[in-house]
Amino acid sequence: MLEVLTQKLTKIFHELGGKGKLSEKDIDTALREVRLSLLEADVNFKVVKELLSRVRERAVSTEVSQSLTPAQQVIKIVYEELITILGHEPSKLAPITHPPAIALLVGLQGSGKTTTAAKLALHLKNLGQHPLLVAGDTRRPAAIEQIKLLGKQQNIPVYSEDANALSITICCNALKQVEQTATNWVIIDTQGRLQIDEAMMQELADIKSKLQPLEVLLTVDAMTGQEAVEVAQEFHSRIGLTGLILTKLDGDARGGAALSIRFVTGVPIKFLGTGEKITALEPFYPDRFASRVLGMGDVLSFIEHAERTYSQQQAKELERKMRTTSFDLNDLLEQLHQIHKIGPLTSLIEMLPGFPKLASYMPEDEGEKRLTKIEAIILSMTTEERHNPRIINGSRRRRIAQGSGTTPQDINQVLNQFYQMQKLTKSLMRGRPSKNMPSMFGIPFK
Amino acid sequence: MSEQLGKIEQGVKQSKEAWFGRIAHIFARGSVSEEIWDELEELLILADVGVETTNNLIDRVKQRVKAGKVAQASQIRSALKAEMINLLNISPKPINTDSVPQVILVVGVNGSGKTTSIAKLAYDFTSQGKRVILAAGDTFRAAAIDQLKYWGEKTDAEVIAHRPGSDPGAVVFDAIQAAHSRHAQAVIIDTAGRLHTKFNLMEELKKIKKVAAKLDPTAPHQVLLVLDATTGQNGLTQAKYFTEAVNITGGFLAKLDSTAKGGIIFAICHELNIPIVYIGTGEKLQDMAPFNAETFVNAILY
Repeated sequence: MLEVLTQKLTKIFHELGGKGKLSEKDIDTALREVRLSLLEADVNFKVVKELLSRVRERAVSTEVSQSLTPAQQVIKIVYEELITILGHEPSKLAPITHPPAIALLVGLQGSGKTTTAAKLALHLKNLGQHPLLVAGDTRRPAAIEQIKLLGKQQNIPVYSEDANALSITICCNALKQVEQTATNWVIIDTQGRLQIDEAMMQELADIKSKLQPLEVLLTVDAMTGQEAVEVAQEFHSRIGLTGLILTKLDGDARGGAALSIRFVTGVPIKFLGTGEKITALEPFYPDRFASRVLGMGDVLSFIEHAERTYSQQQAKELERKMRTTSFDLNDLLEQLHQIHKIGPLTSLIEMLPGFPKLASYMPEDEGEKRLTKIEAIILSMTTEERHNPRIINGSRRRRIAQGSGTTPQDINQVLNQFYQMQKLTKSLMRGRPSKNMPSMFGIPFK
Repeated sequence: MSEQLGKIEQGVKQSKEAWFGRIAHIFARGSVSEEIWDELEELLILADVGVETTNNLIDRVKQRVKAGKVAQASQIRSALKAEMINLLNISPKPINTDSVPQVILVVGVNGSGKTTSIAKLAYDFTSQGKRVILAAGDTFRAAAIDQLKYWGEKTDAEVIAHRPGSDPGAVVFDAIQAAHSRHAQAVIIDTAGRLHTKFNLMEELKKIKKVAAKLDPTAPHQVLLVLDATTGQNGLTQAKYFTEAVNITGGFLAKLDSTAKGGIIFAICHELNIPIVYIGTGEKLQDMAPFNAETFVNAILY
């Protein structure tokens, strides 16, 4: 976790003291910690080595800027180098030249191909495209049934044959079927295979040369260890990959494997799988992912998510209020509205550093229900009560409860939570985070 | 088919030869130099052993060198091997094997290989002439029940299943009841893959375990965590959370036919004291073996 990393580094540099130029000794001490953090995130050993030598070279000649501590300066360089590896721009699907475009999903067993195929199809459908799913995995028992079911649930057509057919035949037949139709994307699920399985890799190479897919996407389990690089290199050299999809990122794995693959093969990461729901597919943003690998949570995703619906001015005003602790229930209500616009609460909380665990304690729909309830309670208050909740006494409480269809106990709960929140933001803004809140605003990344 | 298998084996062999070549190189030196520790570190970390456990292992070997027990690089190999085996050798948790049927609960994250591993376990029983019931406890993932039914047919094990989306606890109860009335020797419970960070799903798992104990308070007799050998450092967290929830009795290291070394089990054994009991080595039903620490370490060091 970056909180830990930053703390460690801050301590080291505190002991070393002084500002100005980073000394080589300072840097080496710091980089030892960075190295440990990256290896724990499953970044490949060789990649870590190469990355740190780049960082070292840059750090040695760097002046520590006024606003940063030496520890922050080193991390900033690491962060920037990570982004350089990941690519500065988010990578998208290639534009269609000759419809239908074909996307071939490949990967090891259990890496999440079938689920991802369905997610990708839904993603395209939501963009107004016309996808077709092809059940190309005839080997794993019930894989055909699985993709048929997923297609049916999302109203996406699925082309399948029985399990005795050859994958390549199925693909060709699927393409024949979509000729003269509106279908413009054909997404092919394939069997999971080991990169060293010569026959199976040949089969894939044959499919690729026959179909000339626009996208060949390797699904990579975010929990994969050091071997990820070997796997991806082999797939890439045999069939030529156009992108990676990193799956199961809703766990607490930091996904260093994807960073390593990108570094070694240069193949861009195109999507992230972030949940079991078919809607849980997100575009990949290098800066956010760099934060995750470093272990500082997806602060930037959170900020952008909020920004999308929350104007800068509102944010400034809110920050001012939080700072001056004039943050009241009206503001909370406003925030709740924003949160509704942003999306499911749990996915939002999961993006905060140190919070993924907290999100897991929140039942997925319960969180939303609770929000609605809180909203109803605040809406049943007078303006004065919202501004100064301390005036709420027994009779006011009963009135609010009646008005919002809740109980006085519910009102107490909301108020207590609000007071806690006030306290928390106060201590945060003073820069002295309480024990329960990880320090997250300590690092001035843009 | 057999030709294809030959090719897989050859692939594994090639990858292993490359690996072994490097190791031979490390140990081929005469005296113990500083360099050798760096190279050993790299070797172990690349096998997913993890930084902490790697340092721990190397420190122990260094102590042996200091104590004068080891002087030649070639001796380091056997010293390291001994330390590694030492980490893996944990006495298995006591299992009540008198109870019939034996109830085995199988858990793990998504895509770790639970269903295939269950098929192998079932085959192990049925090929010894024992009657097995499979409980289709994964009622969540699309077509998971069909997948288990396929393996039930292949292994001659009866599958007890409810409708998709139904309560897995009820399936487990029915399966154990069926096992009692049909005098089956074992019940193997499949569960939905779940990431260990999902609170609700882990609670559900606890409930399944409780239901299993309803007809026989000593059940489940084994709780197996299926772990993908390609898993990196997250494997330790997985094992930690799952054992907190349902007290894992043993690990099933799946997909060892890949080129991954499965080194995360050193940390799991060492830090959590969870023994590894089985390994999965391929897609066929027979591709399962009891875990052997020495063989496993040899595969990393030789």
